[in-house]
Amino acid sequence: MKGKFIAAALILGSLLSLNVHAQVKLNGAGATFPYIIYSKWFDLYHKKTGIEFNYQSIGSGGGVKQVTEGTVDFGASDAFLSDEQLSEIKGKRGTEVLHIPTVMGAVVVSYNLPSVGDGLQLTPDVLADIFLGKVKMWNDGRIKKINKGKNLPKRPILVVHRSDGSGTTSIFTDYLSKVSKNWEKKVGMGKAVNWPIGLGGKGNDGVAGLVKQTEGSIGYVELAYAVQNNLPYASLKNKAGQYVKPSFEAVSAAAAGFLNDMPADLRVSIVNASGKDSYPIAGLTWLLVYQNMKDKTKAKALHDFLLWALDEGEQYAKGLHYAPLPDEVIALCKKQIAKIALK
Amino acid sequence: MSLSMQDHNDQRSGQQAVRPAARALSLGGMFRKNPGDLIFENVTRFFAFIVLALVVLMVYEMTVQSWPSIQHFGFSFVSSSDWDPVNDLYGALPFIYGTLFSSLGALLLAVPLSVGVAIFLSEIAPGWLEQPLSMLVELLAAIPSIVYGLFGIFVMVPWLQTDIQPFLIEEFGWMPLFEGAPYGFGMLAAILILTIMILPIITSISRDVMRAIPDTQREAAMALGATRWEAIRIVLTGSKSGILSAALLGLGRAVGETMAVTMVIGNSADISISVLNPAHTMASVLANEFAEATSQLYVSSLIEIALLLFVMTLILNAIARGIVWRITKRYGAVAA
Repeated sequence: MKGKFIAAALILGSLLSLNVHAQVKLNGAGATFPYIIYSKWFDLYHKKTGIEFNYQSIGSGGGVKQVTEGTVDFGASDAFLSDEQLSEIKGKRGTEVLHIPTVMGAVVVSYNLPSVGDGLQLTPDVLADIFLGKVKMWNDGRIKKINKGKNLPKRPILVVHRSDGSGTTSIFTDYLSKVSKNWEKKVGMGKAVNWPIGLGGKGNDGVAGLVKQTEGSIGYVELAYAVQNNLPYASLKNKAGQYVKPSFEAVSAAAAGFLNDMPADLRVSIVNASGKDSYPIAGLTWLLVYQNMKDKTKAKALHDFLLWALDEGEQYAKGLHYAPLPDEVIALCKKQIAKIALK
Repeated sequence: MSLSMQDHNDQRSGQQAVRPAARALSLGGMFRKNPGDLIFENVTRFFAFIVLALVVLMVYEMTVQSWPSIQHFGFSFVSSSDWDPVNDLYGALPFIYGTLFSSLGALLLAVPLSVGVAIFLSEIAPGWLEQPLSMLVELLAAIPSIVYGLFGIFVMVPWLQTDIQPFLIEEFGWMPLFEGAPYGFGMLAAILILTIMILPIITSISRDVMRAIPDTQREAAMALGATRWEAIRIVLTGSKSGILSAALLGLGRAVGETMAVTMVIGNSADISISVLNPAHTMASVLANEFAEATSQLYVSSLIEIALLLFVMTLILNAIARGIVWRITKRYGAVAA
């Protein structure tokens, strides 16, 4: 009799504790770029701890909106928040928002020139002038000069850009604005800009598709898309004067190149990084978390998840075509995570 | 505010509709009217007004949300062609132009084609051919627009790029309509895709309308010694208003089509007379830019485009109704 009672209590207890676990459910929304690795992380972490994640990849802009309105527990964005956005959230939600970088990506300049094949080289000013519509032909003297021995055709250059607002465009135009005064003045940087010339494709796949189909075209896509679509991509001359081919190592080198200038809140653009191995068009993507959440169970769950992601999760990055954060940056992230109020 | 507007509408309509019921009461007392009928009447009335309330609510919400942009840009929103999110400057002219150009172009190609198909189906084709052919036409309407978009990207655009456009440039390049480089992507691709997409709706409605013309008319024409073409012309005259409303329904679909168009039109906010150049439409700019629009003015400008698109469809429909009404009156047509 007594044994039965204990058994029943045990079963009941285990059921209850299961319930407690199942009740922690974190809602997030934001960037599409890191969606693949985030869903991998959420899935693994759910299996490990029972904590459920619900992530809507509606775009960085939408993520920021939802964080501002307080309809999610965390957000995700490919662009860091401005001071105005931060103070708006503080006014509405009564708490600071922390930026936690998770992985990095590179934007590569892809092209379709069968007579050249792999290995086109570009300098920042030539790249900017191509996208400004000033360098119009592939056999332009300025392109020839930096690609000696390559068979550059007498073909017009067809510029392809994103038609939808995106973090990729933001990183790319950020770079062009930093390397070209003319670009900064005429176009500027943003998730969507007023393109002087070219065709627009929707999404990375849209641009990759346009480039793949149109001989003589040039466009920018996430590294992963260029790799998956077997598109050739150009080496770019970086700040140190070296031509660097985009790779995960070159992106990590770019982040490391910014280590000394990294602000404590980790809101930093890593385009045009110094260091001879750095690829110049790279960017971080961030999770946006409230420093002071009302629900402390959720705060604790999010806190533990972030630590797990940086310690255990980063190893999955390369396999999914993301560049992992360098250890030095992870150490800085942990300082930010420690700020999450747990009590 | 929106709720009170709804209430107001409900009340007004309620008053009008109560009148016949009230007359019934005064004539025969409460028991004349079956209570079941009364409930049914009111339930359907409620459903009907949900539709009206939805439209009112949508217009109201869009107006409120686009108010910052309406105030900031005023009329220049529809007359300016600068679309520059970096400097928060918005002008919708290229999108309005692109929507009108692509839809009207598609209509121009689709109407003769559809009417031809419809004539064949209703007047000429033998039964064993008519059935499967009609089904195929209707099947075209069931294909999701993203599939049309993929077909556009992978089949039509390369074809335009390598065969059609070089030919057009070579032979007709002196016309501003065919000036430019053969990108494949652009206005022409969008017009062709839209033509295929609106073909089924125009065809099947036109066919039904022609079938509705009584056989006695055809027989009378034949008896008077008319040729087949002359008999068909009589059928066409009778179904004019129906064909016209079919065309306008097709136009409505073309104006609102988003996915397939954005995949082939090139998405570049330029105004050009040449069908070879990339362009942009109102629906495609919404689909492209809404998700990542951050500044308040940006979002508000996009919503104003949505409002304009809504108004545009409304005007088109009103014109359609007007024309149909006039023609019906003049010819006393059989079909509506």
